[in-house]
Amino acid sequence: MITGVGPVCGLGLGIGDVWRGLLERESALGPVRAFDASTMDSTIAAEVPEFKMRDFVPKSYRKQTKVMARDIEIAVAAAHLAGLDAGLSTHGYDADAEPSYDPTRVGCHIGAGLIAAELDELTLALNESRKPDGSFDIHHWGAEGMRNLTPLWLLKYLPNMLACHVTIIHDVQGPSNTITCAEASGGLSFGESLRVIQRGAADLCFCGGAESKVNPMTFYRQVLTGRLTKRNNTPADAVRPFDQDADGTAVGEGGGILTLEAAETYEQRGGTGGYARVLGFGASQSVNRETRSLEPTADGRGPMLAIQAALREARIDADQIDAVFPFGCGHPAYDQAEAAALRAVLGERLDHVPVYSAKPLIGNCSAGASAIDLCLAAHILKTQTLPPHANRDMPLPGLGASDPEKLDHVLVFTTGFGGQNTAVVLGKA
Amino acid sequence: MNQRIVITGMGWVTPLGHDLETVWAALLSGASGVETTRHFDATTFPTRFSAPVKDYDHNDYVKHPELHVGVGLNTSFALGAAAQAWAQAGLNGYDGLDPARLGIYLGSGEGSLDFENYVASNLAGWDAESRRVDGAKWAAQAKQSLQALVEIEQEPNMPLTHLALEFGAEGPAYNCLTACAASTQAIGEATEVLRRGDADVMITGGAHTMIHPLGVTGFNRLTALSNRNDDPLTASRPFSADRDGFVMGEGSGIIILETLEHATKRGAAPLAEVAGYGSTADAYRITDIHPDGRGGAGAMRQALDAAGLKPTDVDYISAHGTGTKENDSIETKAIKAVFCPDGDTAAAPPVSSIKSMMGHLIAAAGVCEAIVCALAIRDNKLPPTSNYGTPDPVCDLDYIPNEARDVGAAGGSVEVCLSNSFGFGGQNDTIILRRV
Repeated sequence: MITGVGPVCGLGLGIGDVWRGLLERESALGPVRAFDASTMDSTIAAEVPEFKMRDFVPKSYRKQTKVMARDIEIAVAAAHLAGLDAGLSTHGYDADAEPSYDPTRVGCHIGAGLIAAELDELTLALNESRKPDGSFDIHHWGAEGMRNLTPLWLLKYLPNMLACHVTIIHDVQGPSNTITCAEASGGLSFGESLRVIQRGAADLCFCGGAESKVNPMTFYRQVLTGRLTKRNNTPADAVRPFDQDADGTAVGEGGGILTLEAAETYEQRGGTGGYARVLGFGASQSVNRETRSLEPTADGRGPMLAIQAALREARIDADQIDAVFPFGCGHPAYDQAEAAALRAVLGERLDHVPVYSAKPLIGNCSAGASAIDLCLAAHILKTQTLPPHANRDMPLPGLGASDPEKLDHVLVFTTGFGGQNTAVVLGKA
Repeated sequence: MNQRIVITGMGWVTPLGHDLETVWAALLSGASGVETTRHFDATTFPTRFSAPVKDYDHNDYVKHPELHVGVGLNTSFALGAAAQAWAQAGLNGYDGLDPARLGIYLGSGEGSLDFENYVASNLAGWDAESRRVDGAKWAAQAKQSLQALVEIEQEPNMPLTHLALEFGAEGPAYNCLTACAASTQAIGEATEVLRRGDADVMITGGAHTMIHPLGVTGFNRLTALSNRNDDPLTASRPFSADRDGFVMGEGSGIIILETLEHATKRGAAPLAEVAGYGSTADAYRITDIHPDGRGGAGAMRQALDAAGLKPTDVDYISAHGTGTKENDSIETKAIKAVFCPDGDTAAAPPVSSIKSMMGHLIAAAGVCEAIVCALAIRDNKLPPTSNYGTPDPVCDLDYIPNEARDVGAAGGSVEVCLSNSFGFGGQNDTIILRRV
């Protein structure tokens, strides 16, 4: 069961703000605020609104927020929101209260990206080690300069620190893992939590992913992939998944954490309702030797294999799928592959099933992307409402449906950069 | 669910060599892979030595070199290790595999930064007045020096992506990066993928290098590395009283896993069984291990339970044994909590750390230690803890000091081995290997 969701993205922190933004088709994309990106080929991003970490950690943990990279902050905030949403009691909310679960029965699986060093902090230190001609002096750095970095500097940037902070704050002592597979990270982490619960190694897991790429280095890496939209002057219209005018995606900042619980223990702790049941999960790899798997093959074989695996486990037919949350990043090669995968699996039903993407509004949140999609898909099953499409004025063939006949089963899938794919089938709670 | 999962192929690229038998012989002889750091100019760093991979080119191993032009060192190491494992498993030329049922679960680290060009961009972007990096000035330099391929290949999923390209793997694909526990965790999770029946064959293991300026800087600032610059060859001294930190290594280990049923059906010889896996979080501090070793002990207990084994069944423990003050004493405490319930240290099996010889391969350390366990079972020999000197009163187990132990020659055998990996942030993983 998905029992709590904590999406954090350009539209806000928590499902309330994010959902409102989606319903109103509010775009979080705009000129990058974190640094001056005006001279790069892409100049826009959807950044998380300002927030204060102390609102998301216990008082006793405030000092530790100093060693959190932005990605870690987002994950910790998202986990806090998800646990609250699920009505959980943990040490992270009240150290004196009885926790909902034995800490050894709680797991944590959070996807992460290649976290960038904060350039201001690092360069302040590097700047002390220059030769007379201004270039970097590694001798000075080794002997003295590096001491200008805080001793714990490295720990701000280890990808597993997203999960580690969450485990420490919420006293999670069961299995914990960090998946680093670009956009598939969130979906794969969700799958790991599901498997851990299925095999009886935990009863509750925090899972999802988070990433921030609004740092000159990581942002520029995205520029170098050639996947970003050129429509810098019209950010709200720039990202157009499954639209014939699609020309690329945009950088988003954010993540999502969900609480996944065994239905039995959820009921034992007095839980009622919940968001959605998890019916099936699948993972696969695209092999595209033309692009070194930086793009999927046009026939969508990679995502198709993941979707088929998830449907097999869910034991439902493709025509029972009522809505789809694809990766839908707005890059033509990805959109085309995903459309082909969906056509292969859904056949004619694709013409009648809404295929929804929030990327026009929140960008591609990388390791957080599929986790946010899972939060949203869970929410539409609970509310039985699908937000309106954004930026799909001229849909690709078969991708124009917008009104679901019903909302009993939703397919969520991701086609990641580097070829890792995931698919999840969710059912109404 | 109760399928037996076996290893049918193994390969590694390590500071002690690039093939199974050479490295194993080096480990049994107590060799050292350490030398003065050459990857970059470390002459003024607090730590000036490391254990690099030497004289290695993945093009000697792969069948599709054109797919791997410009990869990072981590991916390069993974390709060579995987090609060895693939060959040993008898998969070269074998056409019975369904690509959609060939999966990969790696615990690989990120690629190395293009340090010179990265630093040049940062310094060019530095605005002394605001004490910040100016994005436009940064970008002006970056556009001149940073290359797309080099940057993209740093993404931590790239070793995985390249192995999939090389072997045409379309099944479930994961990379986990749980610091120094990553590749042990990957092996454990890969067995779970097979147990569920989601794949027929899994390629697993890890690859990593952090022998680069910011990697060494990071660990030097944490005071985790040995500073024994006057004696690099003996600097890695796990469990000795005078240990002063770990020695950075690099490399990769890759294992081919399949169900015993699948291996038998295709006539592949099982080398060892992965019988149990345990994984816990300390939930204590990002900097320190829980002083009781509760997470490590928990992972070992879980693995024993999963394998259906008792502590007394274990013949050898391949320790995480980094050579830091904290790890070795707390790991000892955790081992004793599981194996010496009555306080009798003789109840614990022999323990050793190959990090004393090949250094710490970070994300790739665990898989190399798992391979050592499989070879120990095959040959009934245990590798030593090299450079073992002054005993530490809080490290009071049998660490196989300095000399390999020929258990077979003494009339015994090595049936069950346990391997620990612990990562920064309180990440604990244990796997158990058993003779098939």
